[in-house]
Amino acid sequence: MSSATSAPSQLAPRAAYAMVALGAVVMLLPFYFMFVFASHSRTEIFNLPPPLFFGDSFMANMEILTTKIPFWRSLGWSLYVGLASTALTLLFCSMGGYAFAMFDFRFKQPLFTLVMGTMLLPSFLGMIPSFMIMDAFGWIDQPRALYIPGAASAFGIFMMRQFITSAIPRELIEAARMDGCGELGIYWRIVVPLLKPAMGTLGLITFIASWNNFIGPLIVMRSPEMYTLPLALRSMQSPVNTEWGAVMAGSAIATLPLLVLFAISSRRLIDGLTAGAVK
Amino acid sequence: MTPRLSPAAVPYVLLSPFVVLFLVFGVFPLCFSFYLAFQSWEPTAGLSAMKFVGLDNFAFAITDEWFWKSLKNTVWLAMVSGIPQHLVAIPLAYFIHTSFKRSRNMVIGAYFLPYITSTVAIAMMFSTLFSTDYGLINQALLAMHQLPGLAWITPAQPVDWLGQAENVKPAISLVVFWRYVGFNTVLYLAALQTIPADIYEAATMDGAGRWQQFWFITLPSLQPMIYFGVTLSVVGGLQLFEEPFILTGGRGGTDQSGMTTAMYMYRTAFEFNDFGGASALSWLLFVFVALLTWLTNRAFKPRGPSA
Repeated sequence: MSSATSAPSQLAPRAAYAMVALGAVVMLLPFYFMFVFASHSRTEIFNLPPPLFFGDSFMANMEILTTKIPFWRSLGWSLYVGLASTALTLLFCSMGGYAFAMFDFRFKQPLFTLVMGTMLLPSFLGMIPSFMIMDAFGWIDQPRALYIPGAASAFGIFMMRQFITSAIPRELIEAARMDGCGELGIYWRIVVPLLKPAMGTLGLITFIASWNNFIGPLIVMRSPEMYTLPLALRSMQSPVNTEWGAVMAGSAIATLPLLVLFAISSRRLIDGLTAGAVK
Repeated sequence: MTPRLSPAAVPYVLLSPFVVLFLVFGVFPLCFSFYLAFQSWEPTAGLSAMKFVGLDNFAFAITDEWFWKSLKNTVWLAMVSGIPQHLVAIPLAYFIHTSFKRSRNMVIGAYFLPYITSTVAIAMMFSTLFSTDYGLINQALLAMHQLPGLAWITPAQPVDWLGQAENVKPAISLVVFWRYVGFNTVLYLAALQTIPADIYEAATMDGAGRWQQFWFITLPSLQPMIYFGVTLSVVGGLQLFEEPFILTGGRGGTDQSGMTTAMYMYRTAFEFNDFGGASALSWLLFVFVALLTWLTNRAFKPRGPSA
């Protein structure tokens, strides 16, 4: 009697489990095929049926990729810009967050509102004049055009402020000041070490954003030898005869570091990226 | 002996990088963009060639067929890629929240992963998957067509996803949906965790079933997050640039059917060399985004008990 009533109610969750699991697999499939196609030549990819498992043309694809574009150079620029952007963002955002969390000063409230307000400004509004400023500064084709402008991000300052407010007691700062520690010393020797967990998260997010950035380099990086990875990959795209195997090999290499970072810190990344929403 | 910084000056020193960068790369471009919108200027001619033209750029934009087309595309894409994200994310988050224990983080990770990967790599990948004769998406659809019961919803012929005008937007929407659905799921999961468990317990004691609990407790409690998530999707969707740019090879696709307004603005500036016109376009888009955000606000903002 009871089995007759419980059967449909058990079936429903089972079907739901299956759908969620199937959905998760579908979400991951494009990544799988990116790596599979990276190991096949263009003619193999466009075959019936298309390849479903790894082939042995990866090295040949890399050969095509590195002769058509300065791939390793682009990888180097992506790495350089990513690291510089991370370092600068951590410095400026921890400074800003510390100021908002631990000091009372004139204009604090309007300044904080301003910082938050910059998050609402759509980036496309500044696209054209930014290009002109970079041109005027002589920053076209300069990596600094990519890592300086966004270094004091509102997101980062807000995140640091929240963390400092919750994790560092004001008394600690006051005590250090009483003991004669200079202001720079307080920031560098007390605040920064305590900020490490939050800095780790912000650093990861900043690096990933810089690594994936497309519009920024699209506007300021004009010569192919200065292209970052996304630009370099896109330059392989042509209306006819795109070397898809080579493009997939390059995309796979560009995606691999992100997969590794995600595998070791997914919890932290997900929490950090949605922190603004949850508060 | 080094001079010591007085504590009163410290916050200003700490905030100086933000202020300087904000003025140089935030305020100035914004003002200049406004100024440019009333000028006629080709960058190759040098700064002295700039000429005040009043509202000409705006007049041109609102009589420009491509502008309206791009705006229509943008709204279409924002809706078709945005609405399903929330329709899927809310029940998905609810189900993960209530029914997953051990494999929870793995499942969330799988759905979230597309959000952190490079749009360019992803869009390149989808370009091959969308290939008409050999792409896996068409192969899967054709295989499904052979199955009984699925024939009526699946095409009998390969679909020309990126070549035929009416298919370009659905293809772009699919990629955008795939990329952001996990992000929204995580937002809703976070909101679900803040609903106290004893409300559900009380409801169970009063004999409310799972559906009733979802409908009368969960959904109303999620309303602030729905408001936030939908606003993010509207604002983000209306600025869509990278996915359509890569999937249409930067040219907007057949009949410009995949060209968003942000893309049209970029092309006006860097392809057609009309910086004044592009600035006017960017302000029109800005006003449009602000207007739609306000409308979303009216539709979804949680109201107080008195209202």
